[in-house]
Amino acid sequence: MRAQFVLSEIGVGLRRNLTMTFAVIVSVALSLALFGGSLLMSDQVNTMKGYWYDKVNVSIFLCNKNDAESDPNCAKGAVTEDQKSQIKADLEKMSVVDTVTYESQDEAYKHYKEQFGDSPLASSLTPDQMQESYRIKLKDPEKYQVIATAFDGRDGVQSVQDQKGLLDNLFELLNGMNWAARAVMALMLVVALMLIVNTVRVSAFSRRRETGIMRLVGASGFYIQAPFIMEAAVAGLIGGTLACAFLLIGRYFLIDHGLALADQLELINFIGWDVVLAKLPLILATSFLMPALAAFFALRKYLKV
Amino acid sequence: MIRFDNVSKVYPKQTRPALRDVSLEVEKGEFVFLVGSSGSGKSTFLRLILREERASHGQVHVLGKDLGRISNWKVPQIRRQLGTVFQDFRLLPNKTVAENVAFAQEVIGKSRGEIRKSVPQVLDLVGLGGKEDRMPGELSGGEQQRVAIARAFVNRPKLLICDEPTGNLDPQTSVGIMKLLDRINRTGTTVVMATHDQNIVDQMRKRVIELEKGRLVRDQARGVYGYQH
Repeated sequence: MRAQFVLSEIGVGLRRNLTMTFAVIVSVALSLALFGGSLLMSDQVNTMKGYWYDKVNVSIFLCNKNDAESDPNCAKGAVTEDQKSQIKADLEKMSVVDTVTYESQDEAYKHYKEQFGDSPLASSLTPDQMQESYRIKLKDPEKYQVIATAFDGRDGVQSVQDQKGLLDNLFELLNGMNWAARAVMALMLVVALMLIVNTVRVSAFSRRRETGIMRLVGASGFYIQAPFIMEAAVAGLIGGTLACAFLLIGRYFLIDHGLALADQLELINFIGWDVVLAKLPLILATSFLMPALAAFFALRKYLKV
Repeated sequence: MIRFDNVSKVYPKQTRPALRDVSLEVEKGEFVFLVGSSGSGKSTFLRLILREERASHGQVHVLGKDLGRISNWKVPQIRRQLGTVFQDFRLLPNKTVAENVAFAQEVIGKSRGEIRKSVPQVLDLVGLGGKEDRMPGELSGGEQQRVAIARAFVNRPKLLICDEPTGNLDPQTSVGIMKLLDRINRTGTTVVMATHDQNIVDQMRKRVIELEKGRLVRDQARGVYGYQH
């Protein structure tokens, strides 16, 4: 097969359907940008999960004297030394537990002062109003429920709190947004595919004279179809390149510059350039394989041997 | 070269067969006229040879291959050994004469050197030497048909299929085309030509096959057109 001949055929085809080609490029670019965006979003959520889950604990708050009067969980009075050592021993026996640290009332008071030292409430607080607690790091942060069932309601325990629960609300929101983006992407993709199929058919119809002659002189099916498939692939690849550009520009302006989220939200570690770059080959490959396949199936009916 | 064994062809959604139980053989190097009124099955006969259609019953052998048994992707290989010429020329209007002929070689992957050599040669053969760079629109009907014959012949097919090649041409031009086809036939290429042109058939005195309502009704060596219409 002569490359030059095929290339000139592709050029002719793309120019002949300029508006359709443009529509294909734009819809492929948008759908793949959304596709890449949603991939990056899940990566971002995962990075955040990894980062935050490492820092979160399950806390078992123990009853103090005040709780004994006000909290129904502590009706049996403040926690005793026996209960404390029993809880510690039980915790250390559990396989899901990684480490256990004890926070005394004094330590809790100190931490509270550090965090909320300026508030009026802090100055009226005394150490014996604080709760003792066990801070437990789990091997798998998802296993919070095991601790909760084991210690909730036990004598001397005021409550079992999972900090992860707070984060999960945030992650669920982010995931929800991600799914919405994927739904939009899927729709865009369908639109893009239908456009490609239509473009290829128009293209095949406008060149039926050529393809008819090609068939008669014995050009192979592949040779006849290749220009049309390549046409779709080239248009798709241009769209895919645009999508890649969108992602790179997007990361540049959202995280580093422009909105500069990295400066404003220092507590979040954002995905790096390497993660964005790693997605680009996938997007480029999709951008030309998908239209090429669509064209191939669109032509099966139109260019029979 | 061509063998039909009890071939019938029924198109989908039609009750009357286009061809009924046709058996015949065409030897290498023959020149065969295919005559019959419109709807007699001539086109179906040619389409079966080109394997644009498959026989409903019976076998069609072309160049020793049973066309009912070869798979779709091998069909182009058969077609490369056939040349086809039509009443409406089927040239590409935006390509020059030389490009039109070269197209037949480009699409089957011939090298540029080969194309540069064979295109002028075949254009000389059909009497179009010096008109390589003309566009088809600038040529007369007879000249356009010569381009089409050049394109059909440039890959040196063993079999040339012509579907009313003189149907759009005046009698004098037709004679020129027939002389050209005769010359091609003398190089050893088998020619099968469907036609309505009584004068041509009567003058050439070649084998005549007549179809009527899908049946083979006459197969005559050195025949004449034979019926009035």
